Amino acid sequence: MDEILEILEKNALVTPEEIAKMLKKKPEAIKEAIKKYEKEGIILKYKTVINKDLIKTEEPSVRALIEVNIAPQKDIGFDKIAERIYSFPEVTDCCLISGTYDLLVIVEGKNLQKVSQFVAEKLSCLENIRGIVTHFLLKKYKEDGVILKHREENKRIAISY
Amino acid sequence: MKDLVSEKVKQMHPSGIRAFFDLVLGMKDVISLGVGEPDFVTPWQIREAGIASLEEGFTSYTSNKGLYKLRLTISQYLKNKYGLDYCPDEEILITVGVSEALDLVLRSIINSGDKIIIPEPCYVSYGPVSELAGGIPVYIDTSKNNFKLTPESLEKSIDKKAKAIILNYPTNPTGVSYTKKELEEIKKIALKYNLLCISDEVYGDLTYDFTHTPFATLPQAKNSTVYLDGFSKSYAMTGWRVGFACGPKEIIAAMTKIHQYTIMCVSITSQIAASEAMHSGRKSVEEMKREYKRRREFVVSELNRIGLECSKPQGAFYAFPSIKSSGLKAMDFCQQLLKEEKVAVIPGTAFGAQFADNIRISYAASFDNLKEALSRIESFLKRNR
Repeated sequence: MDEILEILEKNALVTPEEIAKMLKKKPEAIKEAIKKYEKEGIILKYKTVINKDLIKTEEPSVRALIEVNIAPQKDIGFDKIAERIYSFPEVTDCCLISGTYDLLVIVEGKNLQKVSQFVAEKLSCLENIRGIVTHFLLKKYKEDGVILKHREENKRIAISY
Repeated sequence: MKDLVSEKVKQMHPSGIRAFFDLVLGMKDVISLGVGEPDFVTPWQIREAGIASLEEGFTSYTSNKGLYKLRLTISQYLKNKYGLDYCPDEEILITVGVSEALDLVLRSIINSGDKIIIPEPCYVSYGPVSELAGGIPVYIDTSKNNFKLTPESLEKSIDKKAKAIILNYPTNPTGVSYTKKELEEIKKIALKYNLLCISDEVYGDLTYDFTHTPFATLPQAKNSTVYLDGFSKSYAMTGWRVGFACGPKEIIAAMTKIHQYTIMCVSITSQIAASEAMHSGRKSVEEMKREYKRRREFVVSELNRIGLECSKPQGAFYAFPSIKSSGLKAMDFCQQLLKEEKVAVIPGTAFGAQFADNIRISYAASFDNLKEALSRIESFLKRNR
């Protein structure tokens, strides 16, 4: 992977000028490369990983991991059915997987009722869906490679040879 | 009370910057670019191997030389990576970091009055440990040549009592390293005068612009080289304290003799973790190296921009810029910078009394901290100019 992407994947706030210094290139060249990545859809978006558990005013949201079994039908591939599912804003993640079921869908809602409602009224009513198993998430430990636990940053002694 | 401290220890040069260190340690919210160890935590698979070994009850001594498994791993690793042949039975010793290995090799070879040649600036222990072993350090000032040792200056420093040279590349504190060709020239002089080369290559994996060449891989050099390396820097394992020495079996046997009475063996947990590091830690080493390299480019370009002239270090994670433009001497610079901007860097004088025009900046710090610290140094310079 290009080092520009490696840097931005870790921290999207690093500026093109700073990346240019790190990689010994011209800022213009970095800006151009980033634009190209954005245009090609390699860079899809920039987001922030937030540990919502720590926001005191935030109502804790509910997430469910849903196994979806699909009845394959002529002329309708998995992609088409997946699209119908992931287009719902409640769906945060959706993947086709191997094994005993076909789609792994993650749904987020304000509370248990909202998520259940979505599953019962939207998801399970879709055509071609053979079966659904819903698992509610109890606790998230790691998200996108980031451990969701505030750790003491610096354990090193402040000065050494 | 009777004076209990030996004359030998009393004569050891006290570190002139101890007071400065205490000042840093006593202050809160300091951004420190004065740290001589990685800012990464040991990669998980290595930590996990240590934890698993404890769970399984590996809590005993190991053989004095170190776990055979680890020595074998090191031997195979050096063979694969550099084509170096060291027999795990007789030519490798596991030590408590490179620090112990250095002490052992010096005590093993020095007869009272032998001279040990040390290019300066250098890591703080080389001189004092040579003296403790009864040797006389002979320092070579490398500042005239961009902190690189030249074969000419080496030859000039050699006399009949010269027994060994301590090389350290990439170098702490300058980040200087040597190409194979440059090392060849140094080797020629070392062989000509029958010098033992003690080569501290603990930063070898962190070489950015060319491939690191272990001194022992140079033709005819292996029999007169003691190769020192460890896990601290490349695998971010400083606290585990594992290093190793490879060399001619007579010297390794002599070192083992001292080691068995003074240390007995390195902690078994650490040795098991180190073994895992060599098996599965290489990818992490490469990742960390890329990160250091990017920081190096950033730091060097920023230092030059704000007026602290700095040539590009080729390895380790240090820059050694000149502070001449500030009009201050190193210790004053560091103390004032600490007080006024809460940024800690180390005065060049810590690495040799005459290097009062330089400071050591460690870029083993997060990018955000580096950015903030450099911007504070910039305001400091603007105010003091």
